[in-house]
Amino acid sequence: MNGDGPGRAAHRLGADGLVLGYGGPDVIRGLDVAIPDGRLTMIVGANASGKSTLLRGLARLLRPRSGAVVLDGRSIAELPTIEVARVIGLLPQASVAPDGITVGDLVGRGRYPHQGWFRRWTPDDEAAVADALAATGITDLIERPVATLSGGQRQRAWVAMALAQDTDILLLDEPTTFLDIAHQVELLDLLVDLNRERDKTIVVVLHDLGLACRYADHLIAMHDGAIVAQGVPADIVDAALVREVFGIDSVILPDPVSGTPLVVPRSRHGARSVVETA
Amino acid sequence: MSAQGALSPAALPVLLTARTIVTRDRTRRRRRGAVVTGGLGLVAGALFTATMLAGSFAVSPLDVLASLLHVTHDPAVDFVVWELRLPVAVTALGVGIALGIAGWIFQTLLRNPLASPDFVGVSSGASLASVAAIILFGAGGLAVSGASLVGALVSCGLVYVLAWRDGIVGYRFILVGIGISQFMLSLVGYLLARAEIYDAREAMAWLVGSVGFAETAEIAALLVAVVVSLPIAWLLGRPLRALELGDDAALALGARVEWSRLGLIAVSIVLVAVATAAAGPLAFVALIAGPVAMRLLGPAAGGLLAAGLVGAGLVLAADLVASHLLPVALPTGVVTGLVGAPYLVWLLATTNREGRGG
Repeated sequence: MNGDGPGRAAHRLGADGLVLGYGGPDVIRGLDVAIPDGRLTMIVGANASGKSTLLRGLARLLRPRSGAVVLDGRSIAELPTIEVARVIGLLPQASVAPDGITVGDLVGRGRYPHQGWFRRWTPDDEAAVADALAATGITDLIERPVATLSGGQRQRAWVAMALAQDTDILLLDEPTTFLDIAHQVELLDLLVDLNRERDKTIVVVLHDLGLACRYADHLIAMHDGAIVAQGVPADIVDAALVREVFGIDSVILPDPVSGTPLVVPRSRHGARSVVETA
Repeated sequence: MSAQGALSPAALPVLLTARTIVTRDRTRRRRRGAVVTGGLGLVAGALFTATMLAGSFAVSPLDVLASLLHVTHDPAVDFVVWELRLPVAVTALGVGIALGIAGWIFQTLLRNPLASPDFVGVSSGASLASVAAIILFGAGGLAVSGASLVGALVSCGLVYVLAWRDGIVGYRFILVGIGISQFMLSLVGYLLARAEIYDAREAMAWLVGSVGFAETAEIAALLVAVVVSLPIAWLLGRPLRALELGDDAALALGARVEWSRLGLIAVSIVLVAVATAAAGPLAFVALIAGPVAMRLLGPAAGGLLAAGLVGAGLVLAADLVASHLLPVALPTGVVTGLVGAPYLVWLLATTNREGRGG
């Protein structure tokens, strides 16, 4: 399970005929997907499109009603959960740190799947925690209680916790939701660094279509529990897709910073005649 | 170290520094944990010693020690040491450790300082069963303890089942627990109201709780339960550290969330049940011990043993105050109640302000 160095065989994550739900009707109905190895994949969609449900399914937080999440050719439900935890890490959507916990303690808990009942803390753990803190730039905050951090720092601490888990695949459920624009960009840049420098396969559920188009190698657009389109953002994002996924008319411009598609929604108010005719 | 494989050499010094910082942070936290736990152990030990020495019948410390070690055989001293003081001291120690650990587990697991066994139906279940045993069947001694154990298990099992909805959520568990608790206590009130006055007095004495009534068999059951539960609780402390981060994070880290939670709750219930069987439902000890330990530990989280020792210190101190410092000897539960009630008020006031307790 523990690969060594950059040459390690990448782990492959996907789903076959996946059906997921929370007790009511099915949210995801028979979905097939292959997550590209070593890429930064972003899942976008309107509220209740099933994007977070899909991510929760991939992270085995939801047991499939039928079909399977497949890791390296085997159904994830049949693998020991601790083994999966050495390959797939997750940053949950709403994380609340326990009272009084410090950054060092929180990040250290990411080592859980590498420890045993009796063998609890090794130099490997120490190195992985140091690495995770350095990568997220919060080494200096190690003694601070998580509750005293700013929103951006707190999210970094949680990312560091997931990084300390030292997995090839990292799933993040709307990691930018409570962050201001500066911290959103900072966090997404960090994810790109992790993807490029460490060959991690990263899957992010993101609200913001513009940021998703800028950062994603691979975009998955979801609507009503199904994948509507997937691929390189520049290839798939057009006004028709945006209308189908978000139910809104828009104008697609090249992002002046990155050249990727920039979605400018049309609205009932505030429109200018220049844009109307664009 | 697979995680470092892809790093450039330039990052190495940064990483080495980070490594030193991580080591230092961890060492500091561990040291604080050891110092605090050791200190609490000394306090509990001192209070235990005081319990062995204090009393109207003056026995010198040396004589107490000699009697304990079977060096001398003075019947009067042996009686005072073995029959009067040792049972009280050992019961207080065991009950305190059991309640402290159980309270800490509940509070940590349900992520709420109000989640004490006092409130989630464990103590009230034990109370109802014991009072029923005393009043309806004229039971005494071990039968009451057994009833208390069964009552605690049934009551908490009921809460667990009623609160279950695709898993256990802290808030629902606590609310259902409070409901069940009130239900049980109203039945206790009904039983007391229709009881003979002598039975009712006995039941009331039991309900207040005291470390002075336990019989040898109850003390033995308590000690066995504590000795067996401690290592189990310590082992389950590992998944508990993952569970503390929330169910999603714990599942992602590879913890067996439901089994671990069930195991932790089971250990806590057994601890509360044997403690309640031995000393009655001593109010507030389980509620106070955890937060006190956490406050003392600060960043050195993971206060299983510390919470147990705080609990032991509380019960030993409460008994010393109750039986020696007050003009009239009182049951231990009166003193813990007097200390605990203001704390509860403070807790409700502050948690509401911080938007945690509801």
